[in-house]
Amino acid sequence: MAVLVEASDLRKRFGEIVAVDGISLEVQAGEVLGFLGPNGAGKSTTMKMITGFLEPDAGSARIAGLDVFEHPRAAKSKLGYLPEGAPCYGEMTARAFLGFIAEIRGFDRDEAKRRVAAAVEKTELAGVLEQRIETLSKGFKRRVAIAQAILHDPQVLVMDEPTDGLDPNQKHQVRKLITEMATDKAIIVSTHILEEVEAVCSRAVIINRGQIVADGTAEDLMRRLPYHNAISVRVPSSRAEAVSKALSEFAAIARVETIGTANGRVQLRAHARKDAPAPGELATFIRNRLIEVEEVAVERGNLDEVFRQITTSDTGSETGPATGSGTGGRHE
Amino acid sequence: MSELARNTWIIARREFAAYFASPLATIFLTVFIALTGAFAFYVGGFFERGQADLAPFFQYHPWLFLLLVPAVAMRLWAEERRSGTIELLMTLPISPWEAILGKFLAAWAFIGVALLATLPMWITVNILGRPDNGVILAGYLGSFLMAGAFLAIGSAVSALTKNQVIAFIVSATICFLLVMSGVELVLNVLRVWTPSFVVSAVASMSFLSHYDRLIKGLIDLPSIIFFASLIAFALFANRIVVELKKAD
Repeated sequence: MAVLVEASDLRKRFGEIVAVDGISLEVQAGEVLGFLGPNGAGKSTTMKMITGFLEPDAGSARIAGLDVFEHPRAAKSKLGYLPEGAPCYGEMTARAFLGFIAEIRGFDRDEAKRRVAAAVEKTELAGVLEQRIETLSKGFKRRVAIAQAILHDPQVLVMDEPTDGLDPNQKHQVRKLITEMATDKAIIVSTHILEEVEAVCSRAVIINRGQIVADGTAEDLMRRLPYHNAISVRVPSSRAEAVSKALSEFAAIARVETIGTANGRVQLRAHARKDAPAPGELATFIRNRLIEVEEVAVERGNLDEVFRQITTSDTGSETGPATGSGTGGRHE
Repeated sequence: MSELARNTWIIARREFAAYFASPLATIFLTVFIALTGAFAFYVGGFFERGQADLAPFFQYHPWLFLLLVPAVAMRLWAEERRSGTIELLMTLPISPWEAILGKFLAAWAFIGVALLATLPMWITVNILGRPDNGVILAGYLGSFLMAGAFLAIGSAVSALTKNQVIAFIVSATICFLLVMSGVELVLNVLRVWTPSFVVSAVASMSFLSHYDRLIKGLIDLPSIIFFASLIAFALFANRIVVELKKAD
């Protein structure tokens, strides 16, 4: 597959603050890259450099093989960009705005009409086309901005928090749209909604303090958690000790820990040895052998945990300590 | 049509329409017509002079433009930066020059519309007497050219800030200084303590002296070059300021 986005060693500082400190990445056609990081980590700055809005202090960015600063016009014509906050010209109607974008992208009148109609259909904007953008709800505004970005069917699509502020239905719709478009495009989506990464992204990059600290599929990232693929077991409190003891006597189990008590139930977590059978088999085995057990599950962990683990350690490195308990709630 | 002309035209059309999408256009045109009329009739003594010309009308344009043109220019880039659309604009396949020229020309055309709206004055003076229409045409051109210079400065200043009020105040102040540098009162103060070449340098930067020559019906090349090069210089500064401040 063709590499459509190439950033190499991008650097940017604002005064004393180093916003981006040597970021390199490649995105291929067909790939949806999730771009994650805490607020202020340098996500938006990186995207602004990749899209050619901001000139890097050092390093380069290429869109479809074209350097965005040496050939800005050609590179930008292959790029669709949804900036942070989805800005649009509020005083224009959605139709006039999209018409303007189509015209400036060089389509003649008929083609422009066709393109606008197609983008409007994809983003379901037909009902609000004649309204001024500033009068639209947040969800519609964002969809207008997305329509603007996909109007010219670009090879590369960069979206800064595309689902921010949308309701669950709208989020679902935008994610579906991204997935549909992913077949032949390279797409970069920044977000801090981690469930979005699992929903749409084929790969995730986590950045912290201007540097890439993790790069891989959601599954790769979750494998970093110490309890990834551990077996969690729920038993009535009265049986907890016995079950814990029984579990630790299995050859495949390295150790057992108690992770919580609630409503007269105890949650145990059994860590398998390296040479243990696959987690699924182990879970079945436990369920068959210990009849007191109410529930057995394989813990995958979640990206929130990975994210916290990676981005809160002081060094920002991958070897930081695990934080929190096993079943931390999701947050947005 | 070259790409530069085409894109500039598309940007300018959008920008021009944006003026009319808000009450600003109506308010501006009303105030402009009311004030140019009021100054010509009450302050300039249009009737009392008993002369068929538009001198009392043109005479006060620098003072009106001082406040009105920065009001037209203030939104050009400040609004773009405040709303974040500058990011959209500058990642479209256009060059920064196309955006700068397009915006400037749209605002200039808007001022042009305001000047056209004063044409009844010209008609009136032709009904009342037999004016030298060549002088009046030169007056309109001089006024339009001077407005362009005010506007280019206002556009550059507008790119410095996200706040339209600040853009307005700063550019009105700069324009005020440029107008005032030709007023005798100011020059007399300067004469006391500066060498004469400084005084003449300051006076030659004044909008007033160049404008006066143009509205007297002289096609005064140095004055035309003065305003044209001021526009070019301000737009060049505009380009640099946009580049420096766009990411803030």
